[in-house]
Amino acid sequence: MALFKKKQKFVPSGVDTTAEAAVTPDKAQPFVELGLKLEEYARIREILGRRPTSSELAMYSVMWSEHCSYKSSKIYLRQFGEKVTDEMKKDLMVGMGENAGVVDIGEGWAVTFKVESHNHPSYIEPFQGAATGVGGIVRDILTMGARPIAVMDQLRFGAPNDPDTARVVHGVVDGISFYGNCLGLPNIGGETVFDKVYQGNPLVNALSVGALRHEDLKLAKASNPGDLVILFGARTGADGIGGVSVLASETFDSTGPAKRPAVQVGDPFAEKVLIECCLELYHAQVVAGIQDLGGAGISCATSELASNGGAGMRVQLQKVLKRDESLTPEEILMSESQERMMGIVPKKDLKAFEAIVNKWEVEYSVIGEVIGEDRLYINWGEEEIVNVPPRTVAHDGPVYERPVAFPSYQDALNNDTVHSRGLYRANDNSSELAAQLVQIVSSPNQADKGWITNQYDRYVGGNTALAQPDDSGMVRVSEETGLGISIATDANGRYCYLDPYQGARLALAEAYRNVAVGGAKPMAVTNCLNFGSPENPEVMWQFKQATAGLADGCLELGIPVTGGNVSFYNQTGDVAIHPTPVVGVLGVIDNVARRIPSGWQDEGHNIYLLGVTKDELDGSVWSEVIHGHLGGRPPVVDLGFEKQLGDALAAASEQGLLASAHDLSEAGLAQALVECTLRFNMGARVWLNEISERDGVDRTCALFSESTGRVLVSVGREDDVKFVGLCEARGIPVLRIGVTDNSGQLEIQDIATWQLSDLRGAHEATLPELFG
Amino acid sequence: MPKIIVEVMPKEVLLDPAGKSVNNALHRKGHKDITAVRIGKRIELHFDRAVTDADIAEAQQIGESFLSNAVIEDVVSVTVQN
Repeated sequence: MALFKKKQKFVPSGVDTTAEAAVTPDKAQPFVELGLKLEEYARIREILGRRPTSSELAMYSVMWSEHCSYKSSKIYLRQFGEKVTDEMKKDLMVGMGENAGVVDIGEGWAVTFKVESHNHPSYIEPFQGAATGVGGIVRDILTMGARPIAVMDQLRFGAPNDPDTARVVHGVVDGISFYGNCLGLPNIGGETVFDKVYQGNPLVNALSVGALRHEDLKLAKASNPGDLVILFGARTGADGIGGVSVLASETFDSTGPAKRPAVQVGDPFAEKVLIECCLELYHAQVVAGIQDLGGAGISCATSELASNGGAGMRVQLQKVLKRDESLTPEEILMSESQERMMGIVPKKDLKAFEAIVNKWEVEYSVIGEVIGEDRLYINWGEEEIVNVPPRTVAHDGPVYERPVAFPSYQDALNNDTVHSRGLYRANDNSSELAAQLVQIVSSPNQADKGWITNQYDRYVGGNTALAQPDDSGMVRVSEETGLGISIATDANGRYCYLDPYQGARLALAEAYRNVAVGGAKPMAVTNCLNFGSPENPEVMWQFKQATAGLADGCLELGIPVTGGNVSFYNQTGDVAIHPTPVVGVLGVIDNVARRIPSGWQDEGHNIYLLGVTKDELDGSVWSEVIHGHLGGRPPVVDLGFEKQLGDALAAASEQGLLASAHDLSEAGLAQALVECTLRFNMGARVWLNEISERDGVDRTCALFSESTGRVLVSVGREDDVKFVGLCEARGIPVLRIGVTDNSGQLEIQDIATWQLSDLRGAHEATLPELFG
Repeated sequence: MPKIIVEVMPKEVLLDPAGKSVNNALHRKGHKDITAVRIGKRIELHFDRAVTDADIAEAQQIGESFLSNAVIEDVVSVTVQN
């Protein structure tokens, strides 16, 4: 190509070239400011056999940051690929390591899903931070060849009454609804949790799921020499320069407001056009490989495409279309301007490529070509500014085995239980128990989240079968057969703080159960692991425990982890957040018409509680809301039983025996009863005495214990015998605890009777009062 | 009535999606000589008395801390109109 003239003579200019680097080995370089350690800088010099140019230094620093390189987490993430059986892999078309995992769901369809964090940008600029979080994860899904079909967001905010919380809540919710609604993607669920541990460091995790035909699968690799490297979509500007390394890898205190880099501003309409444009390019089969530009921008896309494909690349950086002509080469390499993609296009297909992008009025420029040599060359005009082995930038970054230490507070925390404290239980006082129930279901974490989710479009596209407040979000994939998928995500930071190993398994168990109660078969797992600083050995212990718990749990359930994301340095000052490993489970349902509703709809149905209730109140909502206590050990989780329970629900659903099913988790039976009545405004009469007698628990436990492996179902009278027989045959403890009725009331015998309108008022008023 | 006018623009280095859209629309209309459009906002603070230097300083401060988002916008001017 005429773009690349061979010229290596030393020419002094404003640009730092490889030729200049060779003759000025001792020039001081700002590697510390770019977040590199001395050893890391030394290693770059060793790889190159000279000092890096400033452009190379920019690339290495951003790609070797914690956010891009996973340098502290890699040794633990490996087990997600190791603790798997062949059976678990049989439906996996693409596993970990790509932009997102891809699962075969049958009928020639596949789905890809992933969750990613956008925590730090969303604290600094909540609106754009959350909006670009949605945009980024949607492009990850698009990159796999899929049409994005839904999004979900997992949010953690500070204390609800802290004045700064409203700023973050409003910005984040507005940003998500703005970007997602403009794209026309339904937001089918997610989580919202308030806890003071997230005060200076909210968590904004974004999940997207996409569907594709098997033959449309795309991978991010450049392997054929001669293919063109094309950057298309939005122009490159000075957005978020260094954002990925500085924002995601450092705490706020060390950078301070003065050094805050520019955040990114998203344009969802440009992204929508980009989605349609890419899908047409895929169908026309004119791209051999594709990569979205997110964190680390062109540095990441060029080095990863080349490294994945086992090839190299020559790039002319001056060919990049810029919004601002004053950008330096280093800035262009690091820019995180949104809505950009990099395609690898065979020369013979360039005309077809151009016809499609021109039709969509998407700007593009050919910036280079794939070469057979294992080298990434980047030129600025005639000057060579980068000359590196791509693998050393993209995949062979530093790997740390950080020190791990059992937390000094852990034993005391675990010994400080609800029992050892002798926390008061209102077992003998019915009116007090009734007041506690109302207090709990109207507390910010248990209250209805409609104020948030009503700002999102849940039904756009017309394929949504279940969405918040249901246990999982479910969308139809095939309009011909009704084949669909469902997703639930969960994480309980309080449980994980008490026991990160069990906490991760509890999150997995809950997400699994949430998918199962909707009638879908759990198939695959994604995760977003939000933790404090990896440089703190006690945080690293939490991380080690949580990843082991999740990997062991997936092996027990027989569903693989397909991908995920790690977010470290989530802390304010020296105080880390509770470990918050968000676990997402994807399920498949052969026809969404067969979904199981989460609430009661018909009168005269029997209400059954599946599973056993134990005295498990440590870490519970009851201990938090009523006593302000956090200590002890989280509930025991039995994944073997969860699987058995899931299989029983699937069997009952296939036989059409279930009128509704709702998972019991936070705030136990009390929360589930309230949600089941309010979902479709159907009353019920319920009794607790048989739970207490069979399981040997008091009334506080019967209402508020958070024992796992429990589901509340309603069954029509004609199916009673069949249903109970099915549960007994499968070894699922089953107990009839009530009957639905048209009274407009929820009666819990010997405790209280509430008008549904009063319960609804209490449950739904909280968030609007705080933030409305 | 005297008023203070605060003008806020998106930061130079950041993408301005609205401006870009308008620029594209102008180009389609044939206004090819316009190379870029950036859209900001103008805020009027009304007074029923004469505006003092202290008011202007306060308006500047309100502009930077409340009327604009310092992360993505700049206050480009604070002027008085009598």
